[in-house]
Amino acid sequence: MTMMMDRLRSADRRPAPVAADGARGPLLTVDGLAKHYGARIGCTGVGFDLWPGEVLGIVGESGSGKTTLLKAIAGLVAPDAGSIRYDAGAGPVEVRALSEPERRRLMRTDWAFVHQNPRDGLRMGVSAGANVGERLMARGQRHYGRIRGAALDWLARVEIAGARLDDRPSAFSGGMQQRLQIARNLVSEPRLVFMDEPTGGLDVSVQARLLDLIRALVRELGLSAIVVTHDLAVVRLLADRLMVMKDGRVVEAGLTDQVLDDPAHAYTQLLVSSILQV
Amino acid sequence: MEPRIRVENVSKTFTLHTQGGTRLAVMAGASLTVRPGECVALTGPSGAGKSTLMRIVYGNYRADAGSVTVAGTEVVNAEPRTVLALRRHVLGYVSQFLRVVPRVPTIEVVAEPCLAVGRCPASAEARARALLTRLNIPERLWGLSPLTFSGGEQQRVNIARGFAHAYPALLLDEPTASLDAANRAEVLRLIAEAKADGAAILGIFHDAEARAAICDRAVDVGAFMPAAGAATEGAG
Amino acid sequence: MSGHENASGAAGAEAYNFAYLDEQTKRMIRRAILKAVAIPGYQVPFASREMPMPYGWGTGGVQVTAACLTAEDRLKVIDQGADDTTNAVSIRKFFERTAGVKTTEETEQATIIQTRHRIPEAPLAEGQIMVFQVPIPEPLRFLEPRETETRKMHALEEYGLMHVKLYEDISVHGHIATTYAYPVLVEGRYVMDPSPIPKFDNPKLDDSPALMLFGAGREQRIYALPPHTRVQSLDFEDHPFDRGHWDEDCALCGDAGSYLDEVITDDAGGRIFVCSDTAHCRARRQAGHAGAASAPYEEAGA
Repeated sequence: MTMMMDRLRSADRRPAPVAADGARGPLLTVDGLAKHYGARIGCTGVGFDLWPGEVLGIVGESGSGKTTLLKAIAGLVAPDAGSIRYDAGAGPVEVRALSEPERRRLMRTDWAFVHQNPRDGLRMGVSAGANVGERLMARGQRHYGRIRGAALDWLARVEIAGARLDDRPSAFSGGMQQRLQIARNLVSEPRLVFMDEPTGGLDVSVQARLLDLIRALVRELGLSAIVVTHDLAVVRLLADRLMVMKDGRVVEAGLTDQVLDDPAHAYTQLLVSSILQV
Repeated sequence: MEPRIRVENVSKTFTLHTQGGTRLAVMAGASLTVRPGECVALTGPSGAGKSTLMRIVYGNYRADAGSVTVAGTEVVNAEPRTVLALRRHVLGYVSQFLRVVPRVPTIEVVAEPCLAVGRCPASAEARARALLTRLNIPERLWGLSPLTFSGGEQQRVNIARGFAHAYPALLLDEPTASLDAANRAEVLRLIAEAKADGAAILGIFHDAEARAAICDRAVDVGAFMPAAGAATEGAG
Repeated sequence: MSGHENASGAAGAEAYNFAYLDEQTKRMIRRAILKAVAIPGYQVPFASREMPMPYGWGTGGVQVTAACLTAEDRLKVIDQGADDTTNAVSIRKFFERTAGVKTTEETEQATIIQTRHRIPEAPLAEGQIMVFQVPIPEPLRFLEPRETETRKMHALEEYGLMHVKLYEDISVHGHIATTYAYPVLVEGRYVMDPSPIPKFDNPKLDDSPALMLFGAGREQRIYALPPHTRVQSLDFEDHPFDRGHWDEDCALCGDAGSYLDEVITDDAGGRIFVCSDTAHCRARRQAGHAGAASAPYEEAGA
């Protein structure tokens, strides 16, 4: 457990976000990405760079193509066109050209996907500890005590009492399930995390705690993240940059606060002006 | 000495698509400089565009034309990550509003800018404790979210956060508003210390006494109002 | 495994081809077996036939045995270690009638041993074939219901899930509580379900001189361990595989090293432990060994 923590904290395999600014290229470069469902556009012509340590928000109404885009980048649906280049430090690799074993290995080590519904991202039939330990075991860890230690450590990080280690996620509240899903994904120390409405369906107070947790983890681990949400308050607090999607296309992109406070596109203005102020 | 903040010929027009495409020209030909160790006040009547200009310098509003450089970095049309790095290391901003994740304890809110530049958690927390103590936020409140605080307390937390990291350039939007005399004096001391450390400070001070005490000169933003434009600040 | 094109069955079953299945079917099954032998631990699909017995009664094993049998073979059939239980008796009779082969209860005498749930105690020898009846061949099924996904996991050696199951065992029971169908890694490549044999028998799979064939009739899969295959039981470094042991010896033959069944002897909680391998137990008693509850050995009917 302490070994695990030390490795996380020293972050030796990951350049700090600060140093990364000039030292290396983007972590992810998406270019001309498109996904069609027959004649209907899922998303099209999407391109952006994601740098180490950055959080990119993708907002838009239901049906705007934001979740399709996320899944197309993450490899959960196959894109029709475009390129996705990922650079883990050894030079950019075209993800779409990877063989299936390589892509699956990437998905369970360097990348992680946090689903909106924790049930889609958790194994409900096994304990919280087994859920968190799975990625470690998949990577060949074979020491029960150390796997359990790492699971305990991660439960603490996502603020789940250690006493719940052997409980099944079905006995957890929605917020706890979502935090468990995050722990399960981050235990393998991914560099890039995809999140689909991570705070959707949670109580406002639970949302706040989760947002704080995600922010802290992003900062401590130097994670890069792509977060899809329809909640502009969430992206304001979480995302460094924002892409606004409408009808499968990106209509506006930039600094999160710039896009929200000084929106240029008509649709973004409409979106921003539609928020209820409290 | 080279100016640390340089604004040259900046203009800004809001296009309100939701209001039938109304165009509001709010600024034209704005220019100013702030040198290290200097504090410059933006003055002018309400609606003259003081906050707008501050936001443009911070990269929060886009400028339509002109140039803004902070410590040599161009802000206008800069890549988001350039602006992000600038904000993290160089350019601080104390706005009138506290925008934080709900339920995060005050001590963490104030320590966050130090953590963001890579200071160790212990030293970041020590810095936060020192600032909160100076600004008379009772220690029993440090573990609570500042969103539960009174307006004056929130403002002081905001200031503590803004001064946590020693930014070489600082934007202050009404830092002394809604503060009592003792706290106002403490904030002025913080600003004076930052100046002495060589920070370039650009601020809006409605408080004439504070302005006189701390500012080296004033720039009248009224001079940057477009001749024929409607004298309305845009949304926000 | 040579075919017997014109073999006829024993009296009363002349209408059937040798060992019930037609020659084309046996060839198809043999091809699957050869492929399985070539890729140890890999589940080979085959076109399982309807057999004159219900699923769950060993239809997979029976088809594999039928495909391997020759007229010269001597067949042993056991169920839970015993030669005289219903399932074993009916399968033995089935092949006596349809193939006319000789049968035996002695492990050493048998050339083919069809089994449900056990591997005999007597060491197997080169040239012998073990045929296992398998209900669910997929070891990953416990946590992954999708067949497409489990095949992919085998193909890509994504076996983390097997350890999730063992982890879960330890977290619930304090030790790996899987006692039968305990998963094994074959030649460092495929994870395999050894069929519901007790984990006590797992070490017998490793480096066995006999050919091990596994047939799942309902699931239509055949897999194999050729002689002298490396078979490791999955475990954790700090929770190594343990085949288990008994505090008791066999009450009949006194063996301290065989797999024991618990037998309730009365209504007052009385119980004894006896060898599950009946042939092994009898052979020991014949040789003069005795346990705590045994009378001196007598030939039946003597």
